[in-house]
Amino acid sequence: MKRKVVSILLSAAMTAVLLAGCGGSSASTETAAPAAEPAPAAEAAPAEEAAPAEEAAPAEEAAPAEEAAPAEEAAPAAGGSDVSGKTFAIVVKSAGNPYFKKAIEGFTEVIEGNGGTVVVKEPSAATVDAQITEIQSLISQGVDSISVAANDENALQATLEEAMAAGIKVNCFDSKVNADSRLTFCNQAGTTEVGQALIDAVLDLSGGEGQYAILSATSQATNQNAWIEAMKSIQEGDAKYSKLELVEVAYGDDEPQKSTDQAQALLSKYPDLKVICAPTTVGIAAAAKVLQDQKSSVKLTGLGLPSEMAEYIGNDDAHSCPYMFLWNPSDLAKLAAYSSIALVNGEIKGEVGDTFTAGDMGEYTLTDAGDGGSEIILGPPFQFNPDNIAEWKDVY
Amino acid sequence: MKEKSFIKMITGSREALLFFILIVMGILITILNPTFFSPVNIGQIFRNNALTMIMALGMLCVMLTAGIDISITSTLAFAGMTIGMLTKYNIVNSTLLLFLIAMVIGLLCGLLNGLIIAKGKVAPIICTMGFMYIWRGMAYVVGNSQFASGEDVREFAEFGKDGTIGPYIILIACYAVFFVMLKWTKFGRKIYAVGSNPEAAMISGINVDNTLVSVYTIMGLLAGLAGALSVSIYASAQPNMQYGREMDVIAACVIGGVSMSGGRGSVAGTFLGALIISIIAKALPLVNVPSIAQNTVKGVIILVVVIFNVITRRMVDKQNLERREM
Repeated sequence: MKRKVVSILLSAAMTAVLLAGCGGSSASTETAAPAAEPAPAAEAAPAEEAAPAEEAAPAEEAAPAEEAAPAEEAAPAAGGSDVSGKTFAIVVKSAGNPYFKKAIEGFTEVIEGNGGTVVVKEPSAATVDAQITEIQSLISQGVDSISVAANDENALQATLEEAMAAGIKVNCFDSKVNADSRLTFCNQAGTTEVGQALIDAVLDLSGGEGQYAILSATSQATNQNAWIEAMKSIQEGDAKYSKLELVEVAYGDDEPQKSTDQAQALLSKYPDLKVICAPTTVGIAAAAKVLQDQKSSVKLTGLGLPSEMAEYIGNDDAHSCPYMFLWNPSDLAKLAAYSSIALVNGEIKGEVGDTFTAGDMGEYTLTDAGDGGSEIILGPPFQFNPDNIAEWKDVY
Repeated sequence: MKEKSFIKMITGSREALLFFILIVMGILITILNPTFFSPVNIGQIFRNNALTMIMALGMLCVMLTAGIDISITSTLAFAGMTIGMLTKYNIVNSTLLLFLIAMVIGLLCGLLNGLIIAKGKVAPIICTMGFMYIWRGMAYVVGNSQFASGEDVREFAEFGKDGTIGPYIILIACYAVFFVMLKWTKFGRKIYAVGSNPEAAMISGINVDNTLVSVYTIMGLLAGLAGALSVSIYASAQPNMQYGREMDVIAACVIGGVSMSGGRGSVAGTFLGALIISIIAKALPLVNVPSIAQNTVKGVIILVVVIFNVITRRMVDKQNLERREM
């Protein structure tokens, strides 16, 4: 009897848990709807870009033609960026991620705009195994190029080397693979560009002088440390930043609770503080909430996700963050598409110093990535402000 | 003579000793940073650590039965993530209902823990370790690479916003209920009995299994409640929320004099222990301890407090023994 009761209880509990699980997943299927909505808004931007794209096309033909003149690549160069008959694959980290949905849109737009065919691979899970399976199927399919946002820097090496041996041009974007596994890497933001954008934002928000503090992730976070170093060296190198004073670099360990403690501590320790700069998504969201709840006059900037920060972005006193930065996944994927075209057409070989024209995005040069390979830096990070946040908050 | 009675007073009861430690800490911090004792700061200490303080009550019950639960922050994340998603997609928008859902999820998670530990005779640390992974994983599954934050939980976050009294009321209510429960109810006494001597408890007619199931269920319920509070206070539901914080909760209990081997501990002690942990978290950034050294300093403080605690208890035991010999 007792056993029965226990087993009934257990199964009831499990059913309830399952139900709870289902509740969650049915909730997430609805992601599709909000994610689809921004499409028209986003299309508005590409539409503007479409016009210059046509203009840029001839220019693009001209540039590579000059460079490639001596080589036998003159023939494809004459065809410009027309890639009809060629197939370009994009492999993202996982399915159902709004950030990559945006990237796929950008990639497809460029490739199809130039006459190519796009194959989209979205692994069901964000694992490296799933990506290997997808890439292997692309190799047997015989595509011309693969652009991958890697789930692991090294684990894709064997598969990608196999792809390159088969004559497929491999580049990566968003998250790189090691130098041996790629021809080039489309980097969303160069260290200097991020540092420059952040220190300029601090200068602007502080009104040109005063105290500011940095709220970072962990003290060992490679990206954050590089950006902070860049900010410091830019500040030292230019007299216009001389009236800014960095009072402290605090670490919130990318944890809401600790970041909140740290942000509150900054406020009570430095009554004259003017700006907090948080180059990390968790830190900026926590600091934004602290400042906004306390109706503090301290302003905030940094790197954050639009969906998390929409609540706090605004120009009036009721909002704590006038503007912040991150990169545009769509532009990043467009750059990946243009560099794939350039690779397939032989305009670039993935070596440092190679240059190519990415349609209306302008001319790009391959630079040293510091890991033995080359990279292409997208440019300064994208600014999210009260004017565009409504459009982006549903995207990622 | 007067001095002697003072020493007697602080060594006479653990709570008095902890209170004394708290005062010393408070004075030290205030010397280093005079702004520490502002009403705003005190309010923030309780708000930011409400989760730790509430879960410490559940952990007290679990540890009184000589058990431990390391799955609590995973339960918290699972419950928090679920309600985060529910409100993000506007499926449920009532704050009260969201709190109830989170508590029910926590309760079921805790019930499973309790059943497996009591009926399956699995060691508490093993069982809850399994669930630590399971519920954390479920938080990721439920989230499905989305998180709820800022605008998604705007209405729900109103409850825990800086300046509201909601979190304080929940905190006070929890402590009042547990104080009464452990001190004056039959159930409370059963928990102590099971923890001090399970065999004796069983012989005297206490259903040990049921008591065990109950304490883990209560723990789960509180973890679920803390999940809802966490989403509300930080306006953010992410699958990795409060990761690793179960150790703060256990540390709060240990500092508060709860014995790992069961049967000894009190609500007042737990409260003071949790308060010490909270003050450490709040004060370290304020007194200019470099960020990278804060965890080290925190560990040292915890150990010093516990050692101090143990030494004075020995002294008390010795005094009592001497008194008996006379």
